Amino acid sequence: MTQTAVTPAREPAVRKATPGGARTARRSGRRRLALPYLLLLPALLLELLVHLVPMLMGIVMSFKELTQFYIRDWAAAPWSGLDNFSVSLDFDAAVGQSLLKSFLTTCQFTVLSVGLCWLLGTAAAVLLQENFRGRGVLRTLFLVPYALPVYAAVITWAFMFQRDNGLINHVLHDQLGIGDSPAFWLIGDNSFWALLAVSVWKGWPFAFLTVMAGLQNIPREMYEAAALDGAGVWKQIRHITLPSLRSVNQVLVLVLFLWTFNDFNTPFVLFGEAAPEAADLISLHIYQSSFQTWNFGTGSAMSVLLLLFLLLVTGVYLLLTTRGRKTSDV
Amino acid sequence: MSDAAHGRAPRPRSPMAPPRSFLWTRRIVLALLTGFVLLPVYVMVSSSLKPLEDVSGKFEWIPSTFTLRPYADIWETVPLADYFVNSIVVAGAATVLSVAVAVFAAYAVSRYAFRGKRVFTVTVLSTQMFPGILFLLPLFLIYVNIGNATGLALFGSREGLILTYLTFSLPFSIWMLTGYFDSIPRELDEAAKVDGCGPVKALFRVIVPAARPGIVAVAIYAFMTAWGEVLFASVMTNDTTRTLAVGLQGYATQNDVYWNQVMAASLVVSVPVVAGFLLLQRYLVAGLTAGAVK
Repeated sequence: MTQTAVTPAREPAVRKATPGGARTARRSGRRRLALPYLLLLPALLLELLVHLVPMLMGIVMSFKELTQFYIRDWAAAPWSGLDNFSVSLDFDAAVGQSLLKSFLTTCQFTVLSVGLCWLLGTAAAVLLQENFRGRGVLRTLFLVPYALPVYAAVITWAFMFQRDNGLINHVLHDQLGIGDSPAFWLIGDNSFWALLAVSVWKGWPFAFLTVMAGLQNIPREMYEAAALDGAGVWKQIRHITLPSLRSVNQVLVLVLFLWTFNDFNTPFVLFGEAAPEAADLISLHIYQSSFQTWNFGTGSAMSVLLLLFLLLVTGVYLLLTTRGRKTSDV
Repeated sequence: MSDAAHGRAPRPRSPMAPPRSFLWTRRIVLALLTGFVLLPVYVMVSSSLKPLEDVSGKFEWIPSTFTLRPYADIWETVPLADYFVNSIVVAGAATVLSVAVAVFAAYAVSRYAFRGKRVFTVTVLSTQMFPGILFLLPLFLIYVNIGNATGLALFGSREGLILTYLTFSLPFSIWMLTGYFDSIPRELDEAAKVDGCGPVKALFRVIVPAARPGIVAVAIYAFMTAWGEVLFASVMTNDTTRTLAVGLQGYATQNDVYWNQVMAASLVVSVPVVAGFLLLQRYLVAGLTAGAVK
């Protein structure tokens, strides 16, 4: 940042050579002040239109009784105070109860999925750190799930999980003889595990990619010094590689958490519009209850609650991880 | 500085040969991961070559009959070609626009000190964590209302989808490009300015060429984001603007599921993205190393 200050000072000296130098210099000074804002303007307008204004609108909508009669003219919908929130949070009634259930399912799902994605991604990246034959091929191969469009990959998994003609039951039931009859995977309690498998398959390559990028920043001298001290590979991984990944992990885990918690695409393609109760992730739950009943007010209230939860978790997480890092650095 | 200290130099390698325990762990873990990754790919490819009665019965590891019929039929069962065109137009336009907007914004953030810079970067990044569902409903209403008020058809049109998708990749793109631009020595654009380039000219003459890997990485990310998005596509498209993300479910929701065609179509829509991604992936790793991971 410090070097930007040099620029305006040098510029007028060059401009002076042209006739009318002083005036141009002053005007260019003002233009220079406006320039960063001009450069930001398109990004700013787009963010306002698609993210910020809709978000504020969503918050306003959550205080309205916005049913299908008011879709054409949402501003005319009557205010309803905190009604939408109390409906969403009334855990004794059906709406609140199913929201709570969906929330808890999502928490459980997210913890498992993020943990597994991180574990597989880190293991693969660390094991592929040293050069050996076939390393390049594997590195490319492991990125395939990340590169495949979500819907194409998830539809394939849906086929594999079919009860009568899918691969999973063919292997488990026909070939390994597990269970008396082929299990259902896309309905009932098993659907949670099916969803988890797909989510991990889809998500771990991103962890792999990020950790791999992080590994490139570890100076080679550290390994050389450790080797001279007689530390073997396992010791080097434990005492150099993993501690050096701390700051990468801080961002990675947060990003994985937010993506997984908000994931809509995977359950939507895997189960269709209505997910089984055991795999009813919160985004799909809100989508379904909004578009089934066309009650956008309650849907918005649920979304706002979700946002508040995510803000809280992110804030606490950043507070804990950065403080931990600072004390360890000192 | 020795050559080894530079980024893409030889991997850290201990002078001692790794112990057996490490080699076996590596073999087993990598073999399992390879199997996990390839399983759906194998199912996709092998099932797309089977006749319908073979995918409706018990799963077979090795197809007993091979046929290329599904690859001909996919274009008839649903208007796949139209969906393809829609996806290419939407994802292509969203990518080009998103990269252009991100380059300007990242240039401002990286090279200028100005009021509100922190607010801007924090706000933009935090939009990444908003649940899509929170702004789906309002955006739906905004587009419908803009349409009613001005006749500008954003809802259900390609333009509306382009506008939406281009902002999806924007936060990450700006963040990554800012990091990348920061790693380019300022002396380079200073020198260009001394040679009489304006700031915008310096951006295109000096920064953009130097940041090519970062820009390619961002473009891949933007394209993949738009190509794979399902939620907004399912609400904001109609019969004529439907993209592959929604269109592909056309085979799966009919009474008879043509699984061989579903697999063939999945493969056909995946090949361009996967091939492009794998060809360009080194840029993504380089871009992530320079930009995001610091």
